[in-house]
Amino acid sequence: MITFGFLINAISLGSLYALISLGLVMIYGVLKMVNFAYGELIMVGGYGLYLVGSKFNLPWIFVAAAAILAAMLVSYLTELVAFRHVREKSLTALLITSFAVSTLLQNGALLIISPRAKAVSLPKIFSSSITFLGITTPARNILTIAITILLLLGLSLLLRRTMLGIALRAASDNFRMTRMLGIPANLVISSAFIISGAIAGVVSLFWVGRTASVTPSIGQGPLLIAFIAIVVGGISSLEGAVVGGFVYGILFSFIGVLLPQTLLDYREAFMFVIVILILLWRPEGLIRVKYAEERVG
Amino acid sequence: MKKANLTHWFSSYSTIIILTVPMLIMAGLTDLFAGSLLIRIVTALFVSMVVVLGMQVFMGNSGILAWAHVGFMGIGAYISSICSMTPTTKEIAIPQIYPFLLNLHFSFIPSLLVGALVAVVIAAIISYPLMRLSDTTAAISSFALLIIINTVLIHWDKVTNGPRTLFGIEELTTVWTAVFSAILILIFAYLFKESSLGLKLRASRDDYHAAQAMGINITQVRYYSFVIGAGIASFGGGLFAHYITSFTPSAFYMAETFNILTMLVVGGTMGVSGAVIGTIVVTFAREGLRAVENFINLNHVLPFDVVGLTEVLLATALILILIFRPEGILGGREFRWMPKKSAKKKIEEPASVQVNE
Repeated sequence: MITFGFLINAISLGSLYALISLGLVMIYGVLKMVNFAYGELIMVGGYGLYLVGSKFNLPWIFVAAAAILAAMLVSYLTELVAFRHVREKSLTALLITSFAVSTLLQNGALLIISPRAKAVSLPKIFSSSITFLGITTPARNILTIAITILLLLGLSLLLRRTMLGIALRAASDNFRMTRMLGIPANLVISSAFIISGAIAGVVSLFWVGRTASVTPSIGQGPLLIAFIAIVVGGISSLEGAVVGGFVYGILFSFIGVLLPQTLLDYREAFMFVIVILILLWRPEGLIRVKYAEERVG
Repeated sequence: MKKANLTHWFSSYSTIIILTVPMLIMAGLTDLFAGSLLIRIVTALFVSMVVVLGMQVFMGNSGILAWAHVGFMGIGAYISSICSMTPTTKEIAIPQIYPFLLNLHFSFIPSLLVGALVAVVIAAIISYPLMRLSDTTAAISSFALLIIINTVLIHWDKVTNGPRTLFGIEELTTVWTAVFSAILILIFAYLFKESSLGLKLRASRDDYHAAQAMGINITQVRYYSFVIGAGIASFGGGLFAHYITSFTPSAFYMAETFNILTMLVVGGTMGVSGAVIGTIVVTFAREGLRAVENFINLNHVLPFDVVGLTEVLLATALILILIFRPEGILGGREFRWMPKKSAKKKIEEPASVQVNE
């Protein structure tokens, strides 16, 4: 039952979920806000794929780059136009703002593009499968894992080796102190939004790649996954988000295999029972940090 | 001395009169002169007002974002519909219904009350642990509660007819029942806010640690107000069901949450007057925009159909309000009649301090 091919499937789902949660927690780190508009960034990436792919005759890699850029740009714009001005107000105001931004983007897509699902053209690699070590698996799975590993490596290099990364990590530990040391708050927060947008853009490639179509409400699923994953993994650190995403994706795959056929309809219910058990065992999530700060405007 | 007390008493309750009299006049004028469309809009306005006030009771006084109340509104809508429908209609509308629910048949008001009671019981059972959570976890968990309620409504075929439309509910909510319900709830919400429970809750909102140091059991006061708010929202859901007469579980999800939240935030969460004004302003703005949208689509003003324009503009307005006036139009103040000393009609609430913990 549990074959090598299945393991690759599970790890691939886990890496996708890890990426999704990583993008959400990037913003949580600096603003201490869960961004309800995060799912819509994935939607923006999807529509980027659709628009650029259908209007211009470009190699797919450029289309993908354009989609990621679109998600980064929109993420930055939401920060510039909305969040920056609400940041110093109450958390409730900030959360309602992100909910409003989410509604705005979703209905914007309805208005500008179409309420109907739009087909996205994908390169062959998304539908082909490859065989190695004696097993056959969709190439998309391997690609997801490879890209996730590359992104995680790149991101940890960015966060540990560059000035910006150190500032970001400092800000997510203690924002007020970071500001006092002369790090411009706007720069740090904008960068977090741009990185989060980039991750959402990459996620959108794979998320849209599963169904090859994009709708205005496509971001709801990933948002929920990210919510659960960051709560399981521990909301206060990037490592927590990654671990939570992997755990969630891999558990989800395993439950699908281990449950008898008759109970398969209740897969999600079993999933949530496990999540609750994990939280009873470790209420702060799997990854604990030394101290977690409440938000500072 | 006695006279001074009387004036003080009258001044502190003047808010209720200042708010309800125009509401009654509005309902009366609508009933007398307006066409059927405007009557529908005004009825919907007062129905929404009930739900907004239910949200205000919890969110306005505790300062915690409440996602779940629209879910409770859904519970109220379904339960009260099941209570008020005749067994024969029920057999057609919900083919798989439980036998013991089939023969249940109440008149309108008891149905609404049963709906509210069921929501109160559900909220009382599940919400206590949620009230112990802080900022972000509280927001995520009540958001999760909304999703859970929605999932149950979609999948419990034997009670809700699943994701399919529930139809055949009698149109019992008139503009008068709506306005009187709104007024009753308004008085209740105002008295709640001024009560000792409301005061404790507002203290915990303005300064968590100071309130705790004074011996307020914050979890408990939040819990009571959450349950009361859920009951009110569900009562409003019952009114909504008997106004709209057919609906699906998706009527009580993100879009409606956005709608109710916008009304509350635009008016100002911290006061009952804010909830009332916000509901009126947003309802008319939304209906106006929707009329424009329909006009554009019907007359083909633009080469394509506009869908979602209303929500885009409302969301923009909400963001602008949050940026420039995060306390809402009224800023948490109440309309109040002040005798002699100050000629102003409005009085400032005790300053609410935003603390960064």
